[in-house]
Amino acid sequence: MSTETTFLESLSELDVEVTRTTPESCADAIDDATVGEAIGVPLPDGLALPPAVTDRPTNGDLETADTGVTPAVLGIAETGSVHLESDRAGTELVSLYPRRHVAVLRVADLVPDVATAIDRLGPDLRAGGSGVIATGPSATADMGSLVVGAHGPSEVHVVLVEAGQ
Amino acid sequence: MSRADDAERNAGTSRSDRPKRSKGAERSERAERIRQVMREEGDAIARNAREHDAGRKAATEDLPEYEALRERARETKEDAIENLPELVERLRESVEANGGHLYVADDAADANRYIVEAVGDAETVVKSKSMTTEEIEVNDALAAAGVEPVETDLGEWVIQLADESPSHLIGPAIHKRREEIVELFAEEFDLADPPETAAELTAFARERLGERIREADVGMTGANFVVAESGTIALVTNEGNARKVAATPDTHVAVSGVEKIVPTVADLEPFVNLLSRSGTGQDLTAYTSLLTPPVESPVPDFDAPDEPLSDIDGSGTAASPDREFHLVLIDNGRLAMREDEDLRETLYCIRCGACANSCGNFRSVGGHVFGGETYTGGIAGGWEAGIEGLDVAAEFNDLCTGCSRCVPACPVKIDIPWINTVVRDRINRRAAEGSDFAFLPDGLAPDAEPAGLDLGRRFVGDFATLAKWGHRTAPLANRLSNAGPVRAALERVVGIDRRRDLPEFASESLVEWFDRRGGSRVSLAEADRDAIVYPDTYTNYVDVERGKAAVRTLEALGVHVRVPSLPPSGRPPLSQGMVATAEERAHDLYAALAEHVDAGRDVVVVEPSDLAMIRSEYERFLEPDSFERLAGTSYEVLEYVYGLLENGASIDALAHGDDATRNGELAYHPHCQARTLDLEEYTLAVLERAGYDVRTSDTECCGMAGSFGYKAEYYELSIDVGEPLVEDFGGTDRTLVASGTSCGEQLDALLDRPARHPVELIAPPESASRERRDRGR
Repeated sequence: MSTETTFLESLSELDVEVTRTTPESCADAIDDATVGEAIGVPLPDGLALPPAVTDRPTNGDLETADTGVTPAVLGIAETGSVHLESDRAGTELVSLYPRRHVAVLRVADLVPDVATAIDRLGPDLRAGGSGVIATGPSATADMGSLVVGAHGPSEVHVVLVEAGQ
Repeated sequence: MSRADDAERNAGTSRSDRPKRSKGAERSERAERIRQVMREEGDAIARNAREHDAGRKAATEDLPEYEALRERARETKEDAIENLPELVERLRESVEANGGHLYVADDAADANRYIVEAVGDAETVVKSKSMTTEEIEVNDALAAAGVEPVETDLGEWVIQLADESPSHLIGPAIHKRREEIVELFAEEFDLADPPETAAELTAFARERLGERIREADVGMTGANFVVAESGTIALVTNEGNARKVAATPDTHVAVSGVEKIVPTVADLEPFVNLLSRSGTGQDLTAYTSLLTPPVESPVPDFDAPDEPLSDIDGSGTAASPDREFHLVLIDNGRLAMREDEDLRETLYCIRCGACANSCGNFRSVGGHVFGGETYTGGIAGGWEAGIEGLDVAAEFNDLCTGCSRCVPACPVKIDIPWINTVVRDRINRRAAEGSDFAFLPDGLAPDAEPAGLDLGRRFVGDFATLAKWGHRTAPLANRLSNAGPVRAALERVVGIDRRRDLPEFASESLVEWFDRRGGSRVSLAEADRDAIVYPDTYTNYVDVERGKAAVRTLEALGVHVRVPSLPPSGRPPLSQGMVATAEERAHDLYAALAEHVDAGRDVVVVEPSDLAMIRSEYERFLEPDSFERLAGTSYEVLEYVYGLLENGASIDALAHGDDATRNGELAYHPHCQARTLDLEEYTLAVLERAGYDVRTSDTECCGMAGSFGYKAEYYELSIDVGEPLVEDFGGTDRTLVASGTSCGEQLDALLDRPARHPVELIAPPESASRERRDRGR
């Protein structure tokens, strides 16, 4: 099974929606994946956010936005995880505060398993980098039964970008 | 280990100044407390622990590299604790190079002093869940300094509001039913129309706590792992509050036990893969934060809502945000534990809670009974003994019965029952010094323990002596021991609950029976194998029939059997924490078996707890070669039968499930320690081959656990632990089957019908073996 197929299956087990797209259609795919008021941080590799997504969010937007769009620098196939960097643009906060998180990930950044991911993240962590391996929506079982959506997002959507033409 | 040193060290620790109460009064108070917790918290605890345990099993069973991961995790921890002082210095360099501060606190007071200073004039500190901050009681220290601590993990928040202590390592409020949380919120926030469903309660908490996080001055987290080479901390969470707490305020204080350090980023991998699988059964929790603080995330200023969050536009770089980071590493007894040969393993613990979830007693009472000041479940025995001392450890040490079901559940392979046994030994010895009998010379005791040892411990621990006496004087002993006044005295003096049936001693022991019948019916010349059937104390003096059945079964499969008189294995004294006595027994039994082993004879054991002793605990008592030799040639009886069948012996020689005398339907409860040694499969396979229809219980432990269920203060708990067996087997008329003597007693007590040892169901009758002998002549 290809890494991509495994990743898609893992996402499905986590109830994470996914859109497969190309660099050209990426902005449209993101637009479709957002709900309500959307904020985002700029995407790398020439990928663009759709105009409807505020790319310079204010502090107050963290509280009021419904969707946060951020890049993910790595995806883990066996667990359906995405790695989000604690960068200066605010990926950590934009992916965390709104109820819905849209992660934009390139297929080329998929790795098969946790071991490979940690190996890949090593240099960045050693250089002072930080981030989070996010696996599905936030959840808690502390209120008597499992509730999806605790302090973090209750919905996660991955926009998976195939190699450019 | 050096027990003299332990006794000396423990003698120096503080002793309770409570006025002396009678043992009986103490026992009934204890029983009442247990009854109350079982009533109020038992159901919620049981449901949560079972769910998590089932999750763990599912998540680890289909992980092919599970054992390899455990090995690596274990080795990494062993090395890290070995090199801890160097790692602390390496970590200090990393943290300081990153622009953070590292402080190693000697104890709780030292840690709190530093933390209060670090948070300075903060009004609010928001916290994510951290057992280490519970340990040092940082909330009290902050409050005393005029700083408000706010727990943001939903479970921690609930117990903060309720002013209770955590009942589980990863689910601090699992003892709370939803209805209680509704009431708590209604009262605490004066709500006429409080949130009701779990989703509403969660939304309410998110709202309230979100506000507290946004306005907080300092965020405090724990750390699941800390990486020396980079200064990275790993936080494994589900709710997302740790992310918010670490990223929202400009100051982050992380508090962690000094044992959490691993050398490199790569070393995180086995732990990340094991922790959530072991704890909740998730492959990964929702968030595995890998933070090398101070982090680069911008600091959101919610007082300036219209200001941009970040001044970076994707092309340029903004100035690094003005963030402050403190890592506070707590010693608080850990470095002394590192020097303690027996407690050291505790430091490998990654706080997943699997030992609690897999534990029968824990499922009934939770961490408020099976726990100390902070830590809960089996591993708490080591933590609380090392951090708080023996007084606190003594409050719940009995709750570990040594059933060993936590051993395969532990992701770092800690021998939790051993830690609890050693702690029990230390508690015994310290108590013995203050006993009324302490003046007696130790040599008068029938064991290797001090003269002042608790009478209840000695009574049960020296069961082999008692059984020998009971057998010699049976039936008088049996009549006497079940007489009302004797039972009352037994309960008062040694704490044996009078609601339990006592074992009845046989007037002819297994060894005597075997001699009388003229030894083995299979001559050495015609035998395929030569084996000892070990006459363990119960089989020899109490349940002789199963011993006879074992002899006949082996003979039917072509084995020349011997039943020599042999010393006891040491299991009962070990269960009582009488480690020196158990060790003596191990040496004695090995000495008595050595020539048999040298002669190539197999050792076949009927009682699973004795086999577990030989295969597991003897490793700590015997020379490595001796241990290997004995363990390598010792078998549980059904395991041995399985081996014989696999090697060509015929099942036709044995009794079958379709024998007219039996209905062929069995309800089998595997012994806990046999399960840990993966032995139940053999019993199941042999019984099925013999044509039986077997239903197996998945109840971890019957609750009797050797002598535990006989004790007055634990009788009701023991029955509660066994309750799932009533659900499993209560509605059937299947023949009950159990390999362990105490499991059999418990099944009888729970279901009111006797249980049989599996070997009794396959053994041919004695007449058949007589014929065999006559044919051979």
